[in-house]
Amino acid sequence: MNLTLKIWRQAGPDEKGKFVNYPISDISPDCSFLEMMDILNEQLIAKGEEPVAFDHDCREGICGMCSMYINGRPHGPDSAITTCQLHMRKFKDRDTITIEPWRAKPFPVIKDLIVDRSSFDEIIQAGGFISVNTLGTLPDANAIPIPKQNADLAMDAASCIGCGACVAACKNASAMLFVSAKISQLALLPQGKAEAKKRVQKMVAKMDELGFGNCTNTYACEAECPKEIKVTNIARMNREFFVAKVCVPKME
Amino acid sequence: MATLNSKIPEGTLAEKWTNFKAHQNLVNPANKRKLEVIVVGTGLAGAAAAASLGELGFKVKNFCIQDSPRRAHSIAAQGGINAAKNYPNDGDSIYRLFYDTIKGGDYRAREANVYRLAEVSNNIIDQCVAQGVPFAREYGGLLDNRSFGGALVSRTFYARGQTGQQLLLGAYSALSKEIAKGSVQMFVRREMLDLVIVDGRARGIITRNTVTGEIERFAAHAVVIATGGYGNVFFLSTNAMNSNGSVVWQCYKRGAYFGNPCMVQIHPTCIPVHGDYQSKLTLMSESLRNDGRIWVPKKKEDAEKIQKGTLKSTEIAEEDRDYYLERRYPAFGNLVPRDVASRAAKERCDAGHGVGSTGLAVYLDFKDAINRLGKHVIEARYGNLFQMYEKIVDENPYETPMMIYPAIHYTMGGIWVDYELQTTIPGLYAAGEANFSDHGANRLGASALMQGLADGYFVIPYTVQHYLADQINVPFIKTDLPEFEQVEKEVREKLERLLKNNGSKTVDTFHKKLGLLMWDHVGMARNKEGLQKAVEEIRALRAEFWKDVKVPGTMHGVNVELEKATRVADFLELGELMALDALNREESCGGHFRDEFQTEEGEAIRNDKDFMFVSAWEYKGPDKEPVQHKEPLNYEYIEVKTRNYKEA
Repeated sequence: MNLTLKIWRQAGPDEKGKFVNYPISDISPDCSFLEMMDILNEQLIAKGEEPVAFDHDCREGICGMCSMYINGRPHGPDSAITTCQLHMRKFKDRDTITIEPWRAKPFPVIKDLIVDRSSFDEIIQAGGFISVNTLGTLPDANAIPIPKQNADLAMDAASCIGCGACVAACKNASAMLFVSAKISQLALLPQGKAEAKKRVQKMVAKMDELGFGNCTNTYACEAECPKEIKVTNIARMNREFFVAKVCVPKME
Repeated sequence: MATLNSKIPEGTLAEKWTNFKAHQNLVNPANKRKLEVIVVGTGLAGAAAAASLGELGFKVKNFCIQDSPRRAHSIAAQGGINAAKNYPNDGDSIYRLFYDTIKGGDYRAREANVYRLAEVSNNIIDQCVAQGVPFAREYGGLLDNRSFGGALVSRTFYARGQTGQQLLLGAYSALSKEIAKGSVQMFVRREMLDLVIVDGRARGIITRNTVTGEIERFAAHAVVIATGGYGNVFFLSTNAMNSNGSVVWQCYKRGAYFGNPCMVQIHPTCIPVHGDYQSKLTLMSESLRNDGRIWVPKKKEDAEKIQKGTLKSTEIAEEDRDYYLERRYPAFGNLVPRDVASRAAKERCDAGHGVGSTGLAVYLDFKDAINRLGKHVIEARYGNLFQMYEKIVDENPYETPMMIYPAIHYTMGGIWVDYELQTTIPGLYAAGEANFSDHGANRLGASALMQGLADGYFVIPYTVQHYLADQINVPFIKTDLPEFEQVEKEVREKLERLLKNNGSKTVDTFHKKLGLLMWDHVGMARNKEGLQKAVEEIRALRAEFWKDVKVPGTMHGVNVELEKATRVADFLELGELMALDALNREESCGGHFRDEFQTEEGEAIRNDKDFMFVSAWEYKGPDKEPVQHKEPLNYEYIEVKTRNYKEA
């Protein structure tokens, strides 16, 4: 395949960025998108130009590191996958492919296609955990049976990889799918109940503080989520939040 | 010179760990605040260790190369985690898990360590459930189990095909709690570039901030290395792109012995290689072998037609299929350990029965399971794996059998540690895949997650505290000591040399060459001639690298090529040690298979008389031969036998 890549280049967080076109030829349709980017970078280095910086690691769709906005969609044209799982067979010969970083205020660009997503870690640190002593003696794992349905729903929510595609897809740069996935997972399990009310308030407050927008029900996040996390998690979070506000008017 | 004392506690096997904990030194809460620990890595072992040490009250600094501690490669583990809970009541026990792990490791692991691993396995499951890890459950609400290779019981806990992810996110949540509390300080996008030793003790590290390019110094009373394995020395592996062997290599060069470097695990069920542009190999979980049947065409001419694309797998009649694992190993069938399954696949492909366009693939077929259980059951069990396969290969595994081939997956070798997970450098600990400890010559499926969490949650917090007990009067270590000055200078010189090299070939060119060399000579089957050749060729390639590598950019800011260059420079040395160790071990055991040592049927011949030891290599300086030390392995509680998976 012969293609034109229109790639966002930005030298640093405070530098002005711009699109640069790169022609690339003889790409196999079985090549993955990131392998195509590797080939481009090898060619750029050979020519003495600076390679395109992008985040990636596991290359099997689970670490959540890769984050490219391809032809106007987070993780590109295929559904339910990350950028690293995208293959060139999803494009046509002589296509022009536009590649941008995630664009959201709480995800500032570090360089080229790399953004800073530490705001997601901050939200988890605000309360996305169950406070157990990691060295303590705990009840037997089977002491509390959990209905399979709840365990399955918790697992659906827990499969979030924290890539940020939901934020990139949302016109409001809302992180509510990400935040609600963690809140749902822990609210659905008996172990997470004790802290549920505090958790939802703290995480939502942190999310607002970091500059993520609100949800206006466009469902773009669900459509683009590589792990197909459902917006029903947002509904569950809203309910948890409401209940917490009513029952615990003042946060400790 | 450091001595090789494995420090096994007194008492019977079942009492050793209890005895250690009962007699270990403790640090009082007020003093814990005055003691700092550096933990490098945020995978299962690193995150668990950092969180637990933080919770105990130590001041912890935790480092990772990714943008978040949640992304370490433990996250990619699919199948599950073993524990001796015996919930299915199928005869499991701590002893049996211990026994299976020693046997699976082909009698090359230390009894006391493995017993402790089996012992704490149950605590891990209790703790993960308490943390909110959504393990698979049965309709009654209790935890579900499945079986894995090398075991006759079902002891594997799982969370769909994403067990590693869920366990890592559990450890990450515990870590996040400690970061919020302030007991752990997190440093992301940092790459450790060297270890600093002061007065014979590990006291700090030098890192590069991969965003600003700044070279930084960090000091502590003790250092824990949990930076994973070195499988990427082969270029193509199931490891993540950023996984590397540099931290263990730095520790080795600073005096930590390297244990069993040749012990590499080749995973039998990976998606086959498809082109020279390929950057990594994708694993298909071993759990698939619970329901999938592995076969190749019985007739060579059928295999040839399939390779040419003139015959389809589904057109081959049942009687013309060779289910070679079921044929060779009736008791364990498709669930033999990974090394056995990998070699059997290679044997069939080398004999000309391989499938796929390259002939380097075998079938993993779900037809019988789908007929027996229905498509919906298979979908519920392996849906995400089937989807992943289809996205990569563009074939539907519900209709045509999957194609798989062995690939580099895990390194049993690593930094040599004693029972307390301390290396030969006082104050330097190694946990998880980075150490050599528990898997001997071959790791069983679902045991890596178990070991990572056991080391991080249940061993390191005790043993590091034990070490720190006599350090309470040592004030915070300062980073302006001459030792830090010197190591930083050496790091800068290395980076500058790479940047100024101005050669003509990219880093990847060398990495790919090294990978092929390693795969051909230090891979699934090894022999004296090939290994000697590998040593020579790696040396030549290393010389060429330093002469001709091209690293663009500067030290400042993001420079991915510079990061890659330092890692490949280390791989070019590590690869040689692996070959040397393999050359030295004149036997076949576990993942280490020497052509010269096999039966007529192609089964491994282990040599317990001469090789029942851990080889621990000591670095002697650049261009000097390393020195081999031996830690003899004594089996007091297990009868050493030839591994046999033909019968139960």
